[in-house]
Parts: sequence; structure tokens; C-alpha cells
Amino acid sequence: MKFRVERDALADAVAWTAKSLPNRPSVPVLAGVLLRAGEGGLHVSGFDYEVSSQVTVDVQSEAEGAALVSGRLLAEITKALPAKPVDIAAAGAHLELVCGSARFTLPTMPVEDYPTLPEMPGSAGTIDAATFAAAVGQVAIAAGRDETLPMMTGVRIELNGSTLAMLATDRYRLALREIDWRPDDPEVSINALVPARTLHDTAKALGPLGGDVTMALSQGAAGEGLIGFAGGTRRTTSRLLDGANYPPVRSLFPASSNAEARVSVAALVEVVKRVSLVGGRTTPVLLNFSSDGLVVEAGSTEEARASEAMDATFTGEPLTIGFNPQYLIDGLQNLGSTLAVFSFVDAFKPAVISPSTEDGEIVPGYRYLIMPIRVTR
Amino acid sequence: MGRSQSVPRGSDPRFGADADDSGSPILHVDMDAFFVAVEVRRRPDLRGRPVVVGGVGPRGVVSSASYEAREYGVRSAMPTMRARALCPSAVFLPPDFSQYTAASRAVMEIFRDVTPLVEPLSLDEAFLDVAGARKLLGRPAEIARLIRARVAEQERLTCSVGVAPTKFVAKLGSTRAKPDGLIVVPAGQVLDFLHPLPVEALWGVGERAAETLRRLGLRTVRDIAEAPVGMLRGSLGDAAAAHLHELAWGRDPRRVSPEHAEKSIGAEVTFDTDLAEPETIRRALLALSEKVGVRLRRAGQVGRTVSIKVRFADFRTVNRSRTLGGPTDVTREVFDTAWALFDALDPGDRIRLIGVRVEGLSDGDQTPRQLALGAPEHGWREAEAAADAAAARFGRSMVRPASLLGHGDLRRTENQARP
Repeated sequence: MKFRVERDALADAVAWTAKSLPNRPSVPVLAGVLLRAGEGGLHVSGFDYEVSSQVTVDVQSEAEGAALVSGRLLAEITKALPAKPVDIAAAGAHLELVCGSARFTLPTMPVEDYPTLPEMPGSAGTIDAATFAAAVGQVAIAAGRDETLPMMTGVRIELNGSTLAMLATDRYRLALREIDWRPDDPEVSINALVPARTLHDTAKALGPLGGDVTMALSQGAAGEGLIGFAGGTRRTTSRLLDGANYPPVRSLFPASSNAEARVSVAALVEVVKRVSLVGGRTTPVLLNFSSDGLVVEAGSTEEARASEAMDATFTGEPLTIGFNPQYLIDGLQNLGSTLAVFSFVDAFKPAVISPSTEDGEIVPGYRYLIMPIRVTR
Repeated sequence: MGRSQSVPRGSDPRFGADADDSGSPILHVDMDAFFVAVEVRRRPDLRGRPVVVGGVGPRGVVSSASYEAREYGVRSAMPTMRARALCPSAVFLPPDFSQYTAASRAVMEIFRDVTPLVEPLSLDEAFLDVAGARKLLGRPAEIARLIRARVAEQERLTCSVGVAPTKFVAKLGSTRAKPDGLIVVPAGQVLDFLHPLPVEALWGVGERAAETLRRLGLRTVRDIAEAPVGMLRGSLGDAAAAHLHELAWGRDPRRVSPEHAEKSIGAEVTFDTDLAEPETIRRALLALSEKVGVRLRRAGQVGRTVSIKVRFADFRTVNRSRTLGGPTDVTREVFDTAWALFDALDPGDRIRLIGVRVEGLSDGDQTPRQLALGAPEHGWREAEAAADAAAARFGRSMVRPASLLGHGDLRRTENQARP
């Protein structure tokens, strides 16, 4: 194997594939990235049996072949290289990398021990990469991190015709995003539960590339149990989580509300961050809504206390409701609007935060449900 | 208690009841062979005989031994099997904690009559700060005598008292005074009292640290006091070295704090035979979680962290813990977390002991509770409150998780339904 490659293209490709490599791999070869040079260019791939990622880079190969080297080491090296062409060649049990006057010799691992990357499932449709990335960011934030509740660590993707819905919940908040997309089959109806972290990382990497993302997902056909994403020269597959018993969470959105508040997102985020300094991560912030506006407070009589008043338009009976400050900030920061609408039933029922136009009209398509903290005073 | 065996007993005129107690306001009161004494109190025929209270199963350990049994070498924390071999003529009794709790409460009441500054350490010992009681009740040694007399008269139990300037010396004093004795360590003679003692007498020195110290040639508390701190640091670490050096000079700044809030609530069980069947272990975890849940709710406490302890047949012990999204007192939540922790451990090997503990406790009423989406308003928490209420009337055996029915309380069947 011998080829010359652009420094930036190589660094990007290696960084992306090495990112999903396990810290403590079950077998040593899984800590590697596979470089395969051939007619189609250079393929850089990583795989940990859950997630696979592959990038194709345009190169002129002098000699075809493949080599498996430590992904983490290669990523660090390529990141530090000067902006010059990089020459890479396999030499016996080593990989030679030369860039300008810098020369690296890396040990390789046996390519034949490396597992075959899974095939991409059949394409289900396409969506604008930037739109997709923004939507995933809005939803993944609400997914759980507790591995003992695997179902909660996923983002549920629901494909119904030209509507792509994504939702996630950790039992304390729930985010739901619905967007238009272009299905290959206009009658498509598929649900899948994707590990939230993988989806988030993938969408974040594909978004800035522009263009379209192809979502590959099939039911009852080859590639079942997998989801694939392809954008530009990058593709990734991930094993799906078992979502057969995913609870019917859409019914958790209250059918009606008793009170509504309109608040500036930036101002409220700032106030909540400031006021919650007096408590720990899970100390609730209390929002006191009345026709006079909003007073945010935190702390207790024995500990430090803080309160701050701000503008808010409120309709309904005066209401005091407690929230985990981080859950509140997560929701507000992902609304994608400057004005937020809160809908309340009472202090113990889930509250809904929606993005709003400057005129206070709710913008459909995204809702963030947040469960209060019960506070006895 | 390994420590109590390292402190010599017997009277020393320098530390008698009449010694100068003007700078020694701290009392450590320790009941003598408490569990045994409570048993003997209700069965006078046992008086003067070797009596052992402890687990009677094949894996039981001795909780308390009468002084007669101790003459045969029986000690607390020793396997009951071993105690039987040492003293076959002893009467072996299973522990009856409700009796001991009641007796403990009565004794602690006597202490609180003397001063509000009572810090119970366990059912059978407490620290008292009597500095403020001097005007009303007299000198510390007089108060100690008064306490011993009241405990003997009102509860027909004996205790030993150490009177000293600090908590840790007072505790050493009560050990030296046992049984049924009183020792006063004057402020001016703390070092005379302390320095001849073996290093094991110091708080924080267990077998391993004692071995380390012995290798350095340090055998008595005096050796530690006179050793350069740098030398201790090298082999014990900075914190332990500083701590031991302070203690060796009789310095112990800790105050008697009556608010001895429990930091955790837990329960554990040693199986009669080592187990590997997940289903049996699961039931054991459920029973332990239930015990912990009931105790949390009874104490009005909620905790943020659930931990499990697993001891394997080869005595390897592992602990695992997880902090919850919010504090809980719900058996179901404790169990789900405990089981998930156990499951993740994927032990495989046979298990000797398993325990469940809830830590990071706070007052349930004062603690905000993060509500969960989709949780019914009347969920596990409310169901368990109802079960508690039924259990209070009819006994715990009437209401319990279905998978525990017919399996008793792990080892002992509870069926004391009250009318």
C-alpha cells in the first residue's frame, strides 16, 4: 500500500472514524482504524461492533493494499502534522508516514483479524443535512444517560410518509421534533430506536458538510436491526436499541392547559443560571408566575438563597412551579427561537415549552415537556 | 472489637473515681455485655453462666458474650461455630433486637436527663458532655457515678464509664474500666494514661496499620508520639500520620454532637450456604430492599444513592453504587437499582453475603422530589405507604412482595401477626 493524501482530508477522515473507537476495546484490533487504498480512493474505517464509520478520501494510489493502525495515535499525529502532503506506505509490519520533514513509523495490526464492516441497510429517504443536525440536537438532549435503562438512552425515529419525527425522554423531560423529509417510499412507516449519543455525534459531523443525508433503515429485509447515515463521502452504521416496548410517550403531552407564559429565552436562561448558583445540580429553581411577571428563586432558609424578577406575559391563576435548572436550560437553549411559550396544567403536572414567533404565536414542530419538582414549603 | 482487647484492664490509683476531673468533662458510657445483659435480665436463671447472643445459623457470628463466656475465649464478631467449640456449655441465644432497642432507649433517656449533649454511637454506648451540668449535678466523676447508679437501679443493667478531657481518651477509659467500673483520666495525666498503651489502642489503627507501625519499631502510643511525623507520613500517608500523631499527644478536637444523624440505612444477609442462583439472590435483594425501604419510611428519610455489597465465597468483597436522579424511600426503586447494580456486576461466582444500603440521606418532608413522566399519581410510593400501614396493624408477614411469600425472611420466618 502506498499513496499520497492531503493533510486536512486525512486528518478529518481519521478524526471522524477514530472518534467512535472504544476506549477499552474487547479485542485489540478494534482500537485500530483501517486504511484501505484502492481504485475507489482511500477508505478509512473504524468499527466497535456497535457503530461503524467510514470515510472515502480521493487519493492516487501507487500501490493498493490495507493497513490497520492505532486509531487514537494516528488521529493525534495527523492533527499535529504541518499543512503539507502526506505520504503513507506500508512496510512489513509497519506503516511509514512522511509529511514534510516529519517521519513516523507506526506498528500495524493484522488486517485479516479485523471484522468486516456491516453493509448499509437499504435507503429509506433523504433530508437536508443542516436541518437534520439541528433537529437531532433538539431531541438528543432529553435522552437518558443511565445505561441500566437502555430504552431511555435512545432517540426514537418515526418515519411516516413525508414526516420524520424524533423523540427522546429520560423520564423527567421529553423532546419531540417533527420535520419534513423525502422518503423513497411515500407510504413508508418505520420506527427505530437509535442510541442517542451515536445519532448526535453523527448528525453533528454530517451537518456542516451541507448537502443531503441519506437515512438507511429497513424492516423485514437485509440490514434489519441497523440504521445507516450517509452524507458526502462519509457513512456510518449503528446497531439499533430494542424499542419494541417503547412507551406511548406522545400521550404524556397534556391535552389542554390552564395557564400560559411568554418569556424571553435568553433572559430566562441567564436568570436561571445566575439564581441556581446557590444550589446544587438538582436543587430546584422555583418559577413564580403572576400577572406582574416572573420571579425566579432558589435555595432554602438554612442555605444560601437567591431571587430575581424578570418580564413575562402570563395568563392564568398565579403559579409557583419548581424545575431542575439544567433540564430547564436544556429545553430553552434548544428551542431555536428568541421567545418561549410555557403551557401549564398545575404545579405537579408536566409543563410544555414551545418555540414562539416574535408575536407570541407558537411555532409547531418542536415541543419540550418537563416534569416539575415537587417542593414542600 | 479488637481494640478493647488491646487496652489493659484493672484499677490504677492514679485514674480512680477520686482523681482530679476538673478538666475532664467528656463521659463515654458503655453498657457491659449489653445484649447478654438484657437477656439475663429477663431470664435470671442464666445469671453467672456463660451466655452468647449471636447468629445461630451455620454462618452466624457472636454479637455479645457474657464475661463468663469470655473466660473461655469467646469474643464478639467470632463465628458462632468457633464459640461453640470453645465453650460448649454456653447458652446460645438468637438476638432479639426489639428488646435491645427498647432497653437502649431507656438507657439513653437516663443520659439525656443529665445533659442534652448525648451522642449515641450505637445501641449500647454514648458520649456525654457534662461541662454544663456541673452546677446542677456536680463534678463529672459524680455525674458518672450517678449515671451508673441510675442505670443499675432503673434498668437493672451495668455499664462502665470513662471520664476524660476528650472523646477518644474517654472511650479508652471506659474500656479499661470494664466491667461495671469507672475511670477518671485527669487532664494533667492524659499522657501518662495514653503513652504505655499499645498502638492498636488508637482510633484508626487496625491490624494492617499496627503491622506497618511494628515494622517501624513503633509498639506503644509513646513511640508514635515521639516518632518524627515525616516517618509516619512515609508509611501511613499524610492524613493518617497527622491524625495518629495528634491522638498520640492526647489531642482530639471532636465535640460531642447530639445530632448524630444517620448517614445511611442498610441491611445485609449472610447466606447459610454460598449461593449462585440469580433467582434466590434476587429474592434476597428484594427482601433487603424492603427492609431498607421500611426503615427509611419509618425514619422519614430519603436517600440519593443506592449501593450494594457482595462478598464472594472466597471473601473477596465488592461494593457498587449508583446515584439516582432524585432521592427516594421507595422499596421498588431501591430494589430496581440494587438489582441493576448486581446484574451489571455479572458475578458468576458463589456468593456468601449480600447487602443493600441507601446513602446521602435527607429529611423526606424537606426534600424536593423530582416527579417522573408517566408515573401514576398513586404509584409504588403510595402502595408501599399503604402496605406499611397494614403491616403496622397486622404484622409485616401480612403484606409483602409476592415473590417473598413462602420464603420467610431469608433465614428466619416472621409470623408474629398481632391481634
